[in-house]
Amino acid sequence: MVASGSKCKSCKEPAVIDLARHNANFCAEHLLQLCRRQMEKAIDDYSMFGKDDRLLVAVSGGKDSLALWDMLLEAGYQADGLYIGLGIGDYSEASGAHVRNFAQERGLTLLTVDLRDEYGYDIPTASRATKRVPCSSCGMSKRHLFDKAALDGGYDALVTGHNLDDEAAVLLGNVLQWDVGYLARQFPVLEARNGFPRKAKPLVRLTERETAAWCVIRDIDYLVEECPIAAGNRHLHHKDVLNRIEKESPSTKSAFYLNFIENMAPLLAGQTAAATGDLNDCAQCGAPTTNEVCAFCRLVETASAHEPVPVELVLGKRGRR
Amino acid sequence: MLVKMRNPTREVEMSGGRSVNRLLDDLDLVRESHLVIRNGTLVPGDARLDHDDVIEIRPVISGGA
Repeated sequence: MVASGSKCKSCKEPAVIDLARHNANFCAEHLLQLCRRQMEKAIDDYSMFGKDDRLLVAVSGGKDSLALWDMLLEAGYQADGLYIGLGIGDYSEASGAHVRNFAQERGLTLLTVDLRDEYGYDIPTASRATKRVPCSSCGMSKRHLFDKAALDGGYDALVTGHNLDDEAAVLLGNVLQWDVGYLARQFPVLEARNGFPRKAKPLVRLTERETAAWCVIRDIDYLVEECPIAAGNRHLHHKDVLNRIEKESPSTKSAFYLNFIENMAPLLAGQTAAATGDLNDCAQCGAPTTNEVCAFCRLVETASAHEPVPVELVLGKRGRR
Repeated sequence: MLVKMRNPTREVEMSGGRSVNRLLDDLDLVRESHLVIRNGTLVPGDARLDHDDVIEIRPVISGGA
């Protein structure tokens, strides 16, 4: 085995990763240090939460959410986990096992919600019942249940593992549509309001290559396999486009997102209220909604009445391989 | 060298040594979207891979948001 030639920017020991956007290579210890500092900078810059706050981390079993939970605990924050069982066949079985193992090995508190057991449906069935793409009902279900769990548990903030790649890809999608309402809400922290908990995304300054490296170095056993339903979706296409630009022009991705937050988000702040309209309480569950019954309750009613649909029937072309 | 890849899971035997960056280019994979692990340890783009190494190319892109 031949050692690599590149050295860590900080200590000159052999590097384990090259980060073109920083024009630097890092050893394992200094890559971890970079991740810690970027997370803390996001928490401080956007006044996300403090060490006295109780946090609820939405965990999927993937690299970002488990890295986030690990980083928050290591930094001294109080963080419990929340896992939603989505019923996406073997994928959900595996993701749940990764989350439970992570929590058990560290003696952590993990809240779980199973869509099929508690609401009578799963994501493949919801997709077929609503005749919409699975990611639509998946996202809506998760957002509703994340909010509910955070409020019911009295947590000070709901935190998610959205990273720089996620946010840049969503931003690209919103810009391509000039969707002002969504653009106005794309801030790393959203204050609690009208029945919504405070929400924060502490990893927005880290790429997913960096969060994956955190997991490898920290020996975190995360689910590497991609959701079979998400394969080939528009969000992944936007990420691929951005990474091809990044290859030719390093740090474009971080400039695209972080300069949006710095320069554009303040100009859009007033649009948030207009985009959400007047909210009232859902007649069935009490969650905030612009209708009499919220979208989640309507989804539950439709999907739970449908015969269960196996995941294989809703896979996209790439997910069937 | 034995190269293990994911999504879908597969193994490819490749002859001859080369750098990590060259391996990714040869497989038409984008560096920003992958980590490369040689014999269980992360390696940077200029690391030289030998014919008896076991290489894992791990995608880091996830589709949920």
